[in-house]
Amino acid sequence: MAPGRQRHVGLPGWIFVPAVLGAALVMLPLAGMVSRVDWNSFLSLVTSDSALTALWLSLRTSVASTLLCLAFGVPMALVLARTSFRGQGVIRSLVLLPLVLPPVVGGIALLYTFGRRGLLGEQLDAIGVQIAFSTIAVVLAQTFVSLPFLVVSLEGSLRTAGERYEVVAASLGARPTTVFRRVTLPLVLPGLVSGAVLSFARALGEFGATITFAGSLEGTTRTLPLYIYNLRVTDPDAAVAMSLVLVLVAVLVITFARPGRGAL
Amino acid sequence: MNAPTVSDLQLTARVDDRGVDVALDAAAGETVAVLGPNGAGKSTLLSVAAGLLRPDAGRVVLDGTELTGPDAWVPPHARRIALLAQDALLFPHLSALENVAFGPRSRGVSRHVARERARAWLDEVGVGELAGRRPDQLSGGQAQRVAVARALAADPRLLLLDEPMAALDVAVRPALRQTLRRVLTDRTVVLVTHDVLDALLLADRVVVVDDGRVVEEGPTQTVLARPRSAFAARIAGLNAVRGTWRDGAVAGPDGIEVRGLSDGEQPTAGAPAVAVFRPSAVSVYGDGDHEPPAGSPRNVIAVTVTDLEPLGDRVRVHAAPPSGPSLAADVTPLAAAELDLVPGLHVVFSVKATEVSVYPV
Repeated sequence: MAPGRQRHVGLPGWIFVPAVLGAALVMLPLAGMVSRVDWNSFLSLVTSDSALTALWLSLRTSVASTLLCLAFGVPMALVLARTSFRGQGVIRSLVLLPLVLPPVVGGIALLYTFGRRGLLGEQLDAIGVQIAFSTIAVVLAQTFVSLPFLVVSLEGSLRTAGERYEVVAASLGARPTTVFRRVTLPLVLPGLVSGAVLSFARALGEFGATITFAGSLEGTTRTLPLYIYNLRVTDPDAAVAMSLVLVLVAVLVITFARPGRGAL
Repeated sequence: MNAPTVSDLQLTARVDDRGVDVALDAAAGETVAVLGPNGAGKSTLLSVAAGLLRPDAGRVVLDGTELTGPDAWVPPHARRIALLAQDALLFPHLSALENVAFGPRSRGVSRHVARERARAWLDEVGVGELAGRRPDQLSGGQAQRVAVARALAADPRLLLLDEPMAALDVAVRPALRQTLRRVLTDRTVVLVTHDVLDALLLADRVVVVDDGRVVEEGPTQTVLARPRSAFAARIAGLNAVRGTWRDGAVAGPDGIEVRGLSDGEQPTAGAPAVAVFRPSAVSVYGDGDHEPPAGSPRNVIAVTVTDLEPLGDRVRVHAAPPSGPSLAADVTPLAAAELDLVPGLHVVFSVKATEVSVYPV
C-alpha cells in the first residue's frame, strides 16, 4: 500500500489468483491472434476489394439497425419504465429474450416470419417484397439481436432518473411530448448514448442470425464476421487481419460506452 | 411581472389504500397551511390536487371548473397548478434562467419573452445574479429560490408547497420565509408543513390532518392559541389533555382530572373538552415526595419520563401518563439533576389551575 492511499478493507490474498486467471482467459487469445498477424501484408489484406466491401456493408447495416433500435427501443423502454399494465413482466422477458437466445435460433425465427414461406412471407411476396437473403434481412437480424441492449440500458437510466423531474415539468404546464423532449431525453442522454453504442457493437459482431436469415452473398449480405468466417480456411492471414480490425473497432466502442462513464 | 391569477379551490378526496379521507377549501388569495404528523396524508392531498393521484372518491374544483371528479379528469399539465417540493428539483441540464423560463416556454410564450419573464422572477426572489448558473453550482437555499421563481413564472392558479424549507439549512430559512411571505401574498396557496413558523408567518388559515382525517381547522392564531388536537397543541408548544367535561374538570384517560379557567365559552357537562397549559407552568416532583404545598388548587398528574431535551437554559421533560398523550414540563438543569431525571422514572407533574385554560372541543 502506497503511503497516502485510502486503505479499503483488505481482500483475501487467494482472490487474486482466479481474478488473474480470468483476465488471462480474455486477453491471451487476443495476444495469440495478434501474434499470428502477418504485418508485411496487413495493409493490403485489409484494403482488398472484398474486405472493403464487407467492411462497408457491415458499417452501413450496423448504422441502419442502430437507428431502428433507437426508433423502436426508446419508446419500448419508456413504456416499460413509465407505465404499468397486466402482463408487463412477461412482455419485458420476451423483449429481452434475444439477449439469451442463440442467434442462429433468432435467424430461424426470422426466416419463418419474413421468409417466403413464413408467417408474413406470402403477404410480403404478394406486394413484391422479398426480405430473406437481402440487405434488409441483414438489418432485421442485427436489429433483432441488438434491440434488447438499448432497451435494457435505457430502461435502467429511466428508472434511475426517476419521475420527479417529469412531475415538476408537467406541473409547470409542459405537455407529455414537451416533457419527453425537454426533460426526459436530456436526463437519460448518457444512458441512451451508451445503449446505442452497445447496440451498434452487437450489430457489428452479429453472425448467427445473419447467416441463417440473410445468407452470405458478397456485397449484399456478407458482413465482416461472415467474411472472416468464410476466409478462415482458404486465407487465414486475411481472416486474422480482418479480425484485428474488428477488435480495434470493439475497443473503440468499449471506450465510448464503458459502464459507469455513461450510466446516469 | 404578471399579476397573480387568483382562484379558489374546493377539494375532497378519499384514497382507500392510504386511509385518507379529507376535505380542504382555499378561498381565492388565501394561504392554507396543512399541518400534521408524518404519514398523516398531507402529501396524498397535494398529489390529488396536482392530478398525480386519482382518488377513489372525491373531486377537485378550481374556479368552479372540475379538474378531478367522477366524470372529469384534467391532466396535470393543463391544471395550472404548480408544485414546489422539499427538494428544488431544478432540471440539472438547464441554467437557472432556462429553468424559470421552462413554464412560460411550455405554454407557448416566445423564447425572448419567456427569458425576460424569467429574469424578472429571479430578481423578484433575490437571485437575479445567478441566472447563468447550473443547478449544481447553486447552494440549497439559492436553488430553492430559483424553484420558487420557476413555479411562479408558470403563472399558476394554485400553488402547492410541500414542506418547501424542510431540506434547507436552518440558517437560510428565515430569509426564504420572508421572500415567500412577500410573493405568496394574494395567491391561492396550499402549504404542507410541520413548522409552526411557516404556519404563523405564511398562512391565513390552518388545517390539521391526522391519520388521514382533518381533525381541526381555523384561523392560524386561533388554532395555535386554543389548539383542540394533540398535534396542534404540540406544534404550538402547549400541553393538551382531552377528555370529557365532568364536575368542573376535564376528565381525561387514566383517571386524570384537570381543572382550569374557562376563557369565554364554558364546556357543557358530558361534552368533549380540552385543557391546555404551558410546559413552563408545570412543576415536577419525585414520585415519593410529600404532597405539593396546599394553596391555590393544583392539578396533579402521575407520569413516566420518556425523554429529556435541552432548551436554552432549561431542560424540557417529556413524560406521559400510562395511556395518555405526551406532556412536557420545563425545569432548570439544577432541578433536573436534583430529581435525577432519566427516562423511565415515575414523577408527578403539577400545574396550578389558574395556569390552565379549558374550553369545549
